[in-house]
Amino acid sequence: MLAARVIMDQGIHVEGINFFTGFCVEGHTHAIRKKDRAKPKRNNALWVAEQLGIKLHIIDVIEEYKDVLINPKHGYGQNMNPCLDCKCFMVHKAVEWIRAHDFDFIITGEVMGQRPMSQRRDTMPVVARESGADDLLLRPLCAKHLPPTLPEREGWVDREKLLDFHGRNRKPQMALARQLGIEDYAQPAGGCCFLTDRAYSDKLVDLWQARGEREYQLDDIMLLKVGRHIRPNPRFKLIIGREEGENRFLEGYRKQYVSLYPTSHKGPLVLLDGRPEEADLELAARITARYSQGRDAEQVTVAVRQGDGEEREFTVAPMSPGEIPADWHV
Amino acid sequence: MSTKHIDARRLLCPMPVIRTQDAVADMQPGEQLVITCTDPGALKDIPAWCRINGHRVVETRQEGDDIIITVEVGA
Repeated sequence: MLAARVIMDQGIHVEGINFFTGFCVEGHTHAIRKKDRAKPKRNNALWVAEQLGIKLHIIDVIEEYKDVLINPKHGYGQNMNPCLDCKCFMVHKAVEWIRAHDFDFIITGEVMGQRPMSQRRDTMPVVARESGADDLLLRPLCAKHLPPTLPEREGWVDREKLLDFHGRNRKPQMALARQLGIEDYAQPAGGCCFLTDRAYSDKLVDLWQARGEREYQLDDIMLLKVGRHIRPNPRFKLIIGREEGENRFLEGYRKQYVSLYPTSHKGPLVLLDGRPEEADLELAARITARYSQGRDAEQVTVAVRQGDGEEREFTVAPMSPGEIPADWHV
Repeated sequence: MSTKHIDARRLLCPMPVIRTQDAVADMQPGEQLVITCTDPGALKDIPAWCRINGHRVVETRQEGDDIIITVEVGA
């Protein structure tokens, strides 16, 4: 937002690009969970564009992003976040976009030293080089720490009006926001990507290990955001809705997955991901019963439904908490 | 003027916005697009996208879990 304003204030036409990888946080859990549905979170990219009065182009890069995540040349951060490769990829996509739409250069809001992987003095040139942007990539907030880019050398942008921010301290940005009359902005330093989240990353790694290949579909990564995940063995895992909103969300997947739900008591909707064998179904029913309101009953009846709608019932003893090993919880 | 419909049910934002954006790209000014979705985030996001891109939300209504938004394509 600040970088765009700094450039717009020089009389330059700016439009926004926002890439959707499938891992963007942007209120997905709010959208699913019932208690949060009444207060849907705003999409920050759209909100910022509206505040700035610029157009925003949201680009679906879900398919192309797979290679970035699965084969990151520069490796991962603390979790499964391939931040440097991700930045190179997105700037590369921006290069393609400006060429296709006859724009002159790219700006980003990066600040040198603000992030440990992609915004270091030694990695910022890597992004410019590997993305193919080279000196078409201008970082207005820390430009004075970097060599002049083409827009600066050509005089399209006045370098003297650019900034010299660096480090993790956000106070200079906040002061600039005040100076520009910007009072409301996205929470700084809030992770905007599920891949930086340890619990999410653990689930992704578990998915790949169980399948024996590092591959995913959009449904896979959406389902990693939902429910309690329990893997009794490599053949399958249970995705257990934790509340009404999650149950409703999981219902949308019943044609694609084996699903379970208690019929004798209230309880969650459960999806089975993987290739469960016959003996696994009773185990899954006992775990489902454990998370139903019949958890203390002697027996609970659980319906097991195939994707084609074929359904049968198991009457089982709910598992006790002690019977579910901690390492089954993904 | 013709009306186009897209089904964005079960998709979480920003996918309903992306589907809207892609559909509008192939439409003419004055035509209408009806988007059916289930993510309540679309109630904010699609109107915001319309405002910044010069389109107009004609109607927003809810039928059960479905949110139905009608957009008129701008010039």
